[in-house]
Amino acid sequence: MADGTATAPAATAAPAKRRGDTALGHIAYVLRDNPVTLIAFAMLAFFLGCAIFGPLLVPFDPLASNAARALEPPSWDHWFGTDSVGRDVFSRVIVATRLDLTISVAAVALSFAIGSVLGSIAGYWGGWIDAVLNRCLDTIMAFPLFVLAMGVVAALGNTIENIIYATAIINIPFYARLVRAEVNIRRHAGFAQAARIAGNGDLRVLAVHIFPNALPPMMVQVSLNLGWAILNAAGLSFIGLGVRPPTPEWGIMVAEGANFIVSGEWWLALFPGLWLMLAVFTFNLLGDGLRDIVDPRKRT
Amino acid sequence: MILGRVAQALPVVAGVVVISFLLTRALPGDPAAYFAGPAADAASIAEIREALGLDKPLIQQFFLYVGDLARGDFGTAISTGQPVAADLAARLPASLELTLCALLLSCAVAVPLGVLAATRPGTWVDHLCRVLVTAGVSMPTFFTGIVLIYVFYYLAGIAPSPLGRLDFIYIEPPHVTGFYLIDAAIAGDFATWLGALKQLVLPATTLALFTLAPIARMTRAAMLSALSADFVRTARAAGLGRRKVLYGYALRNALLPVVTTLGMVFSFTLGANVLVEKVFAWPGIGSYAVEALVVSDYAAVQGFVLAMALLFVLLNLLIDIAYALIDPRIGLS
Amino acid sequence: MLSVKDLSVAFRTRKGEVNAVCGISFDIARGETLGIVGESGSGKSVTSYAVMRILDAGGEIRTGEVSYGGMDLRRAADRAMRDIRGREISMIFQNPRAALNPIRKVGHQIEDVLIRHAQATRQDAREKAIKALETVRINDAAARYDAFSFELSGGMCQRVVIAIALACNPRLLIADEPTTGLDITTQKAVMDLVRDLTAERGMSMMLITHDLGLASKYCDRIVVMKDGEIVEQGDPQRLFSAPQHLYTRRLVDATPRIGASIRGLLPPEARTPELPHVVHDRPLLEVVNLVKTYRGKVGPVQAVKGISFQIRAGQSLGLVGESGSGKSTTSEMIARLQDASSGNILFDGQDIAATPAARFATHARRRDIQMVFQDATDSLNPRDTAASAIAEPLARIAGLRRGKLRARVAELADLVGLPQPLLSRYPHQLSGGQKARVGIARAIALEPKLLILDEPTAALDVSIQALVLNLLVDLRAKLGMSYLFVSHDLNVVRLLCDEVLVMKSGEIIDSGPAAEVMASPRHAYTRALVEAAPQPPARAAAAA
Repeated sequence: MADGTATAPAATAAPAKRRGDTALGHIAYVLRDNPVTLIAFAMLAFFLGCAIFGPLLVPFDPLASNAARALEPPSWDHWFGTDSVGRDVFSRVIVATRLDLTISVAAVALSFAIGSVLGSIAGYWGGWIDAVLNRCLDTIMAFPLFVLAMGVVAALGNTIENIIYATAIINIPFYARLVRAEVNIRRHAGFAQAARIAGNGDLRVLAVHIFPNALPPMMVQVSLNLGWAILNAAGLSFIGLGVRPPTPEWGIMVAEGANFIVSGEWWLALFPGLWLMLAVFTFNLLGDGLRDIVDPRKRT
Repeated sequence: MILGRVAQALPVVAGVVVISFLLTRALPGDPAAYFAGPAADAASIAEIREALGLDKPLIQQFFLYVGDLARGDFGTAISTGQPVAADLAARLPASLELTLCALLLSCAVAVPLGVLAATRPGTWVDHLCRVLVTAGVSMPTFFTGIVLIYVFYYLAGIAPSPLGRLDFIYIEPPHVTGFYLIDAAIAGDFATWLGALKQLVLPATTLALFTLAPIARMTRAAMLSALSADFVRTARAAGLGRRKVLYGYALRNALLPVVTTLGMVFSFTLGANVLVEKVFAWPGIGSYAVEALVVSDYAAVQGFVLAMALLFVLLNLLIDIAYALIDPRIGLS
Repeated sequence: MLSVKDLSVAFRTRKGEVNAVCGISFDIARGETLGIVGESGSGKSVTSYAVMRILDAGGEIRTGEVSYGGMDLRRAADRAMRDIRGREISMIFQNPRAALNPIRKVGHQIEDVLIRHAQATRQDAREKAIKALETVRINDAAARYDAFSFELSGGMCQRVVIAIALACNPRLLIADEPTTGLDITTQKAVMDLVRDLTAERGMSMMLITHDLGLASKYCDRIVVMKDGEIVEQGDPQRLFSAPQHLYTRRLVDATPRIGASIRGLLPPEARTPELPHVVHDRPLLEVVNLVKTYRGKVGPVQAVKGISFQIRAGQSLGLVGESGSGKSTTSEMIARLQDASSGNILFDGQDIAATPAARFATHARRRDIQMVFQDATDSLNPRDTAASAIAEPLARIAGLRRGKLRARVAELADLVGLPQPLLSRYPHQLSGGQKARVGIARAIALEPKLLILDEPTAALDVSIQALVLNLLVDLRAKLGMSYLFVSHDLNVVRLLCDEVLVMKSGEIIDSGPAAEVMASPRHAYTRALVEAAPQPPARAAAAA
């Protein structure tokens, strides 16, 4: 007994296995559909390439100083010029990619994991757990976030791990709040009830059925946060609290370059800054694309 | 409702006090050594430590601190030698003036941009808005500030030198609020007013570029969902004019999430001020905090954090009230 | 007065052009009420949007003429259209609460329209707005002027919407599914109000609905649409008693009404003999003094006030009531999705209310009580394919894996008439009827003894509903399940259930064999419900 009258034209045709049905096929569809997403992913691939292969492929050793060729403007030898001790700016910028990306990915992954767990629990069970969590999150958010990061790094020490922890801590409230809201509205949704009736206990309903549906909006937040984490790390280094010289890192390079800008040596600050901006821009653009990949409703 | 919110805020403030206390105590430097000076020997440092009460057990120090707070005594800053409360009172208006100007500028651009993008979804206007806005938020504030200084001061020469709130040829207006723009206007000193404004332009623009994005994005999203709502369809079907539907019906409803975003952006920006203040040598609380942190000035850091937390609570309260005024579904009771 | 000739409307979508309306023509005379009837996708709403020129951005009138009182609506300037809307032609929609601005006073919204069309000045607008509220029979209109939409009931919201639409005395009212989402008694009140007002003012009306009974009761003439075309027109009596077009015949047959049989809902070629279901004597489910109280804003609210009833093995019990009656809460408690405040639920003699809902997932009885949910869209996880959804209870409770699991899922798909290729689709890729089948397949996967159905066909087109109801009847006979059928649709309950309970405000106020309770209701409330449900005229040629 089949559906008598045809309701939607697409439904009656029994299709052969379509390209969109596989995960890879769906990703290809999303990339094709929105050119902005395609550009963003291409740029991401480029940055990942820099991070992974950069140190092997750069023309100069990022730490090698050469006083004779200090403060040279961009030329064929040194595409981005050289800095005050003669190091090649281009090499340093490329190599710094690995450090900055590592910091931001690690920090965001950490805050995503912790925030998701806390938010899910609070959103699903509510009650006093929810109230306590809200107060804790409010407390974190009451601190001017950047200053909190500064404080944590200053207190715990100037290591890369601490920068990651500090950035992770100040990002947790965003995820926790978002997940909490998404879980809360789906707590009594039809499919959650159906999952309970099918024999799933509360924990399984939350983890397997409800939480995955909160992922699409979170993906946008993840991408924004990746960009913001890089800015944060760079900002900390700019103040002097992050990575220590001579390690190449975009923020430090802009800080050092800032001193020279008033005397006309603009390339020291401009290139790392532009590169930083491009990376953050890439992550920001990624958001919509990531969400479309994760959202099953975008599959045709 | 107001009492309820204040009651909810108490544990937050308590948490902030505890955490800031612990955090400052974990800082690496030794304020006693700093206070004593580079030439002091171990004995005088120990003396000073005792005088500052830093040799007592941590718990005791904490209760002493809370006791002082209750009396309104935030302690004395090591770096300036002034009471922290006085320092904060002097420097807070600078940051507030900067942040408020930046937000005003930001809203003036972002809200119309968001409305424009929402009324023409999918067109090149919409995409352009999205790209502009994303570019703005991708730029680190310290970098934007530096670039702006380079272009407008160094190259074009139209901006004043980035050395603080007022060029040295002007005198500070008599202190009423601490906001130079307001104080100069009250004193009728137009030259100083203009001078203060000129100094404000670059840093405010730097900050505004950064805050454009979340406001524009939220306005666009909120307007889109308001415009596709059923009640707008009813208004159109009843023949109401375009203006009335867009502003009277859609925008008013879209304001609710925008107000929340504004609050978040404000509190966030107040903290992000640190970088801009450093670049433009702005004597605000951000740079105060950084200097205090570097020398492990306990009292100053704690005072700063506490002041910011209180400001945050006050801000949330204001947003809740604004919300209740706009949305009758949320009663003031 | 309104003349539509050869109208075609097309939408530009991602997948290309979609023709929503394909060359339709009809007229509405002065003072006449025309009903446009059809299922979803028939283009009836799009037609009205085209007349009002409020189509979405992607929609465009391709061909045809629309003229109102001699004026060409299709080519009129935007400004002219804005003058016409609200003053000459008004429109009311479904979902009345959403149709009102939530943060603007109701009275002000009426004033906006009055002032816009120069029917009032700022000084007398308030007075005229209050008068408009009185016209739609709202008590205490002066006080209601200051109300917001969230403070009013659904019926009151719809009255306000009608007040806004009629404030400037238009000549034509277009009503797009105005009663969807309202209780039956409220539906009757609203439709009676609209009919009275249009008659009083000599207005014409275009009533768009999927409910044949409603259309036959309130319309002078009816137009039947399918896939963007008009298949038949005529007066209700003739159309329903002797439909000419095949589609109209199918539609009329599929509408549950007094005198219809379950098989009679289907087209003649599909009417296989109905297998009887056996009702045993022993009780399967016994509900004893069930109470549910929860904390409301102003104090404790009693949703269910101590009800008791029985379902015998193999029996189908209908649970009928309007919103707020407590029927959904009751069904959720029996399904053990919610805990009762007090009372017993005995299933095969065992008190299942003793186990809290949070721990019932692993109870031995979980597999014996299953549920088909109201909104199939909401009850299917958007991330699960149809196959995963059906497999869920099999994997979790029956512990089936891989090959055996796949085989059983395929078996169930066949049982409910779901084509195998659709099993790998996601919910948003399935039609309403297909989603309903997935929900049913999932519910019967473990061959439960008691199946609770909470308005399973409320969101479905009437022809799909006919298929699903027949499917439920066949499954009942094949698997010997008992049904607890919760619904607000009396006609459907009459067809499917042996006995019926009528609930109001948390209590059972009437009970008895379904046919009896519906045919000769004893209680006043039941009588009001039965009378409020509109019946289409009976078919002249008997449907077997």
